[in-house]
Amino acid sequence: MIEILTTGLSNSVQDLGRFGHLDAGVGRSGAMDGQALRLANRLVGNEENAAGLEIAIFPFRLRFEADCRIAIAGADAPASLAGRDMPAFWAAAAKAGEELRVDPPLKGARVIIAFEGGIDVPVVLSSRSTDLKSGWGGFEGRGLKRGDRIPLHLPAKRTDWSHLPGGFGMDVSAWRSLAGESAVLRILPGAEWQAFGKEGQDLLTQSVWQLGPEANRQGYRLEGPALHPERRRELFSHGIMPGTVQVPPNGQPIIQLAEANTCGGYPKIAHVIEADLWRLAQLRPGDRLAFRPVTRREAIEALRAETDALAALAQEIRLLTRDYSHAFDGTHTLRPALLRASPDMQETSP
Amino acid sequence: MNDLAHPPLTISMEGTGALLLDAAGAIFSETVQERIWSLAERLQAVPGIRETVPGMNNLMVVFDPLHLDPEVLEQRLHAEWQAPVTARAEGRLVDVPVTYGGRAGEDLFEFAEAKGMTAEEVVALHAGAVYRVAAVGAMPGFVYLSGLDPRLAAPRRAVPRMGVPKGSVIIGGSQAGIMPVTAPSGWHILGHTDLALFDESRDPPATFRPGDRIRFVPREVLS
Repeated sequence: MIEILTTGLSNSVQDLGRFGHLDAGVGRSGAMDGQALRLANRLVGNEENAAGLEIAIFPFRLRFEADCRIAIAGADAPASLAGRDMPAFWAAAAKAGEELRVDPPLKGARVIIAFEGGIDVPVVLSSRSTDLKSGWGGFEGRGLKRGDRIPLHLPAKRTDWSHLPGGFGMDVSAWRSLAGESAVLRILPGAEWQAFGKEGQDLLTQSVWQLGPEANRQGYRLEGPALHPERRRELFSHGIMPGTVQVPPNGQPIIQLAEANTCGGYPKIAHVIEADLWRLAQLRPGDRLAFRPVTRREAIEALRAETDALAALAQEIRLLTRDYSHAFDGTHTLRPALLRASPDMQETSP
Repeated sequence: MNDLAHPPLTISMEGTGALLLDAAGAIFSETVQERIWSLAERLQAVPGIRETVPGMNNLMVVFDPLHLDPEVLEQRLHAEWQAPVTARAEGRLVDVPVTYGGRAGEDLFEFAEAKGMTAEEVVALHAGAVYRVAAVGAMPGFVYLSGLDPRLAAPRRAVPRMGVPKGSVIIGGSQAGIMPVTAPSGWHILGHTDLALFDESRDPPATFRPGDRIRFVPREVLS
């Protein structure tokens, strides 16, 4: 069990999202920075889809009622466990009674906290994610409040950390860098790409866009030059996916995200590729972004590289934590770099 | 093949792992929609396809791009579209009780006036048709209904309401619908039903499936 001490209502329980119910109008939900949740879960020995906390409102504080291994990932935010600094993408062992504190990020917007075993909330429509808009899933169907006591699963097995007194972390530089106030997002053309003509396409891909103040888990409104299709055709309602860049009549694009409606009717000029959705999660209102068209092949290869690297990371963590329950095949191309206890963590460790 | 029954098919990308098959012509076609439902059901058995999402004369196909080549899938969609429509169980016919007007349907009288009808005439036309659930989506359990009497078709409100109450029986353009949750909408509110359209503790969670038929049954017209 963990007890929430300080929070905002848009902090919530999320896993990788709700799949299989788009045809009932049920949206994806799930961690906006899915890559961070996957990495954090691997660091504590979980499956990638275990439920963790997505923190977007700071400062955030919680207290552990029992010993628990945790990892934080995502935005570059100052964090401390019982007063000891806790770097991002670091796994550490918390003791009963200790407090974890996360302050506003220096870079990025959302922090993920993963707990060994995962958060134990009921599975609703095959996911533990909170659907904040609909008011179900996650913890009591809502964002977190002070005083909430949230249950954790007991881990299926405990791996050996006896040689890792300060925990361990990973060098994420090969995976991701937080661009600070600007990001480049790779896109594929949408159904109405042609309808915007060369002028509209160039405006989209050669302008610097700014994230407007309306930016939440449902979607982001962008500010920049107005885009207008050369020919307007009335579209019937159709399914849309997170990452869809729609252009409403005012010409200012909207990027649909985790809690977007499952159907829409605005022209779709482009789609942010799946491997770049986490970058969107780390943008804040006022940040700048640009779009770079890629081929379908590149989009798929980016996703494959991420999937392969995650598998390699999981292997390396099993080796480090002396978990020999899986066969090691050594066929992966990307080698994640794992870090042993940092000096400052070790100094204060027993 | 004539163009009305088979409008030109376009297939476009919806990001890395989804394709949108669009068969829409200028007006909504029941025949095309039956083909959409049939294709959606058949595709669910294809390895690598994760979800099929029928829209209005279109279909979104969500797939695993690491195990199913989108170009192969695209070719398959073109081929499958030509295949005969597979027989499908007739949808259920469900009566939906409605309280029209007053607090339940705050746009009824204004709507009737704009149409040059009485409220009773609007209710008679609205409740006189049998609607079909063309698609479920946008919000959990929301139904896009075809079959609205063309005399009741009306452009959406100039300014959408921020919160149209759950259970509102509504009209937007040439479509009818029922609000499953309280949410923003620009559609006109004619009445209210207590019938729940969604329950997240059920699987499937939505009350209606594409192909189901709905009749609105007036309980009362409030003034």
